[in-house]
Amino acid sequence: MVYVPPQEVEDVHLHDPDTFMTKYIWSQDHKVIAVQYSLTAIAVGLVALVLSLMMRLQLGWPGVFDFIDPESYYQFVTMHGMIMVIYLLTALFLGGFGNYLIPLMLGARDMVFPFLNMLSYWVYLLSVIVLMSSYFVPGGPTGAGWTLYPPQAILQGTPGADWGIVTMLASLALFIVAFTMGGLNYVTTVLQARTRGMTLMRMPLSIWGIFVATILGLLAFPALLVSAVMLLLDKLVGTSFFMPAIVSMGEQLDYSGGSPILFQHLFWFFGHPEVYIVALPAFGLVSDLLSTHARKNIFGYRMMVWAIVAIGGLSFVVWAHHMYVSGMNPYFGFFFATTTLIIAVPTALKVYNWTLTLWRGNIRLNVPMLFAIGFIVTFTNGGLTGLFLGNVIVDIPLSDTYFVVAHFHMVMGVSPIMVVFGSIYHWYPKVTGRMLDDRLGRFHFWVTFLGTYAIYFPMHYLGFIGVPRRYYAYEDFDFIPESAITLNENISIAALVVGAVQLVFLYNLVISYRRGKLAGSNPWEATTLEWQTPQTPPAHGNWGDTLPVVYRWAYDYSVPGAAKDFLPQNQPPSDDAPVQEEDNLGFDSTDPASGGGTREDA
Amino acid sequence: MAIVIVLVLMAVGSVLFHIWTPWWFTEVASNWGAIDELIVFTFAITGFVFVAVVLFTAYAIYKFRYKEDRRADYEPENKKLEFWLTVVTAIGVMALLAPGLAVWADFVTVPEGAEEFEVVGEQWNWTFRFPGADGKLGTADVANITYDNPFGMNADDPNGQDDVLIEDYEVHLPIGSPIKVLLRSKDVLHDFWVPQFRAKMDLVPGLESHFWFTPTREGTFDLLCAELCGVGHYTMRGKVTIESEEAFKAWLAAYPTYAETVPAPSDTGGGAASGQ
Ligand code: HEM
Ligand SMILES: [Cu+2]
Ligand SMILES: [Cu+2]
Repeated sequence: MVYVPPQEVEDVHLHDPDTFMTKYIWSQDHKVIAVQYSLTAIAVGLVALVLSLMMRLQLGWPGVFDFIDPESYYQFVTMHGMIMVIYLLTALFLGGFGNYLIPLMLGARDMVFPFLNMLSYWVYLLSVIVLMSSYFVPGGPTGAGWTLYPPQAILQGTPGADWGIVTMLASLALFIVAFTMGGLNYVTTVLQARTRGMTLMRMPLSIWGIFVATILGLLAFPALLVSAVMLLLDKLVGTSFFMPAIVSMGEQLDYSGGSPILFQHLFWFFGHPEVYIVALPAFGLVSDLLSTHARKNIFGYRMMVWAIVAIGGLSFVVWAHHMYVSGMNPYFGFFFATTTLIIAVPTALKVYNWTLTLWRGNIRLNVPMLFAIGFIVTFTNGGLTGLFLGNVIVDIPLSDTYFVVAHFHMVMGVSPIMVVFGSIYHWYPKVTGRMLDDRLGRFHFWVTFLGTYAIYFPMHYLGFIGVPRRYYAYEDFDFIPESAITLNENISIAALVVGAVQLVFLYNLVISYRRGKLAGSNPWEATTLEWQTPQTPPAHGNWGDTLPVVYRWAYDYSVPGAAKDFLPQNQPPSDDAPVQEEDNLGFDSTDPASGGGTREDA
Repeated sequence: MAIVIVLVLMAVGSVLFHIWTPWWFTEVASNWGAIDELIVFTFAITGFVFVAVVLFTAYAIYKFRYKEDRRADYEPENKKLEFWLTVVTAIGVMALLAPGLAVWADFVTVPEGAEEFEVVGEQWNWTFRFPGADGKLGTADVANITYDNPFGMNADDPNGQDDVLIEDYEVHLPIGSPIKVLLRSKDVLHDFWVPQFRAKMDLVPGLESHFWFTPTREGTFDLLCAELCGVGHYTMRGKVTIESEEAFKAWLAAYPTYAETVPAPSDTGGGAASGQ
């Protein structure tokens, strides 16, 4: 066995915090920034949740709650959708989990640009504040739908067309600035700050998911930024990027020659990859949850990595499947239906590999695992309905109906949220040093899992009838049976229950912080580096005096001949801790330097 | 083990729900019944995959539940299995895509000789225009729109003079022959949709979109807007009545042509749409 000396890394200056302010407020520590990001995202996500319940009140009991008028309904729809997708999920997966896990899982002391990282959070917070200020400007927030399609978004007849749309676009621009600062940081850290022995093909799938999602974001958000700026110019300066000649409410406007469909192309060039910016980190995180709690290596690691990369690449050539009925040249349908269905193949392979990871495992059904299993079900369901909507002709009757609402909630609402919850139950012990309460966690899981299925599964069938989405009320439609109204009422009841149960989760987060069982450093007996820190919660700088050295891939569970059923990545090879050469993807595991982590020659 | 039972119930329950659901398509009233068949076919394939994945997961959880004295297998890859799963999935996806694209090819190919009519949307009303005796719609432009010329008719265009203008929320169409629907918007995006026809398409200001269908069933159907168009979106309603050719002709005859709506030349006071 080759002896490998622990590596000496010339310490980067870490801006050691000494006051409360530098430790918790103006912190440059990735772990504190991660928590700041997460708490802000969860707070704003609660706003979005309340908005969704208000919509459900109106849909379940139309007209009963008279504070919900059509204006406010459309404002709820818009703010709910935008917050959930951007300000909650994107921020939480990348700013929250990305920030926390990238340095810890890769054996780095921090992000490579800690100051930029701090700035990223504060600009994100600013974007949230600007977004929330929409509620205080004259006319309130925009009600243009989260897609913000012009001309409607900036014309009279849409709520918030004077101010709300401006605060929305300004907030998005700020968010993109924040994301770019954070994103460049994540990518650079993954490429430059891996510890010795941590080859790319030894990285946990969480990191792969977050890494590829960040690259997608860096390429996709600029499309949103330019469309936001162009739309602002159309609105404020009177340019006509997206505005053709229009007669609005009987009055000729000063626009001419612009193209509303151009906006849709730009929006979805961002918007479709955005779906994967949310999905890929979820894919990664859930892979690690499944593997850890099934005590078994992730099945088909290389396939999983290539699937993430392939899905990421393909996600840039499917955007117009959101525009089959937009009036664009219908021949595009052939191309985009084909690319969209091709993307189903790597996606399906991921699902198979998750289930095959369970096969012949030794499955511990704790709370993170329950959520991960829930994810498999909801994601499979939502992914399969995507085959309806991607197949252009089948989309024609279903687009803009509740089938679409059910589909995207299942696939990019419920599924990522399952992973968020599972991951919080999984990593909370590392972040705080204490376990979340198990019984509350199980209760939270059951109600959330069954409740969301009860909300969204039947909703597809409303779409088959033809019930259109983004409708404030459904009065006197011949084709909508009475029973559909009853169904809506039941869906609303389920939604209220699911909403209420989230309070249990919040209570658990708060109460366990002080009273939770002490976690120890590695409560789940996991292999990845974040569980091997000298202190829990990890101290500033993460690793004490010496960085960990990596000898094996992230999934050495139940290795034949090993003493324990898991071998941490930094466990040197020995008789008790054999390394499976052929399974270690071609690297000479006994010599970490051969693996080419990036920090070896400091 | 509750999770195992729940997963099995979910798989079985979802199938039973699907079989017994009272909520399903409206009876089709156009030639696009093939879409319904495709959906049923897609359901069969995807439903099978869903049930298989969920049941397999449930079985794995049950069979390989935690036991202190057992070890999981160590099996990082299985090239053969992964290869075959890829192949089978690719075949399944192609089986869905191929018939889909075939029907799409029909959808984008408007039959020769389809009758044209035009739908004009504005916040939050539908209006309609038929080509009249010459069978040709006159040109129109948003810039021409005034109070007296709500369709923006081009007064110089001879083809437009006999166009029949219908400022009403209800439109009638003859049964049995292909119809090309031309779509135009004065202000924002809208979407012309009758659930029973299955087909829908956006109305986009600044350009003319279209789709085609053949009505196959007589009756009066709800017309609705399926693209968010402002606070009144949910109120943007209409009716489409499908009836025999004769009944349709009689209905159409009751509406004025463009020429008839233009204020008489002697009426110089108005001055609005006097493009002669
Ligand atoms: C209990 C949880 C949730 C409930 C009850 C809920 C409910 C709703 C409702 C009632 C609508 C409006 C439907 C319409 O009128 O067209 C909606 C729209 C939407 N929701 Fe959710 N939602 C939930 C969670 C989420 C999550 C987690 C996401 C994250 C992706 C999400 C994303 C969206 C989006 C993007 C829209 C579309 C907004 C638009 O049409 O512009 N929702 N939701
Ligand atoms: Cu998409
Ligand atoms: Cu509308």
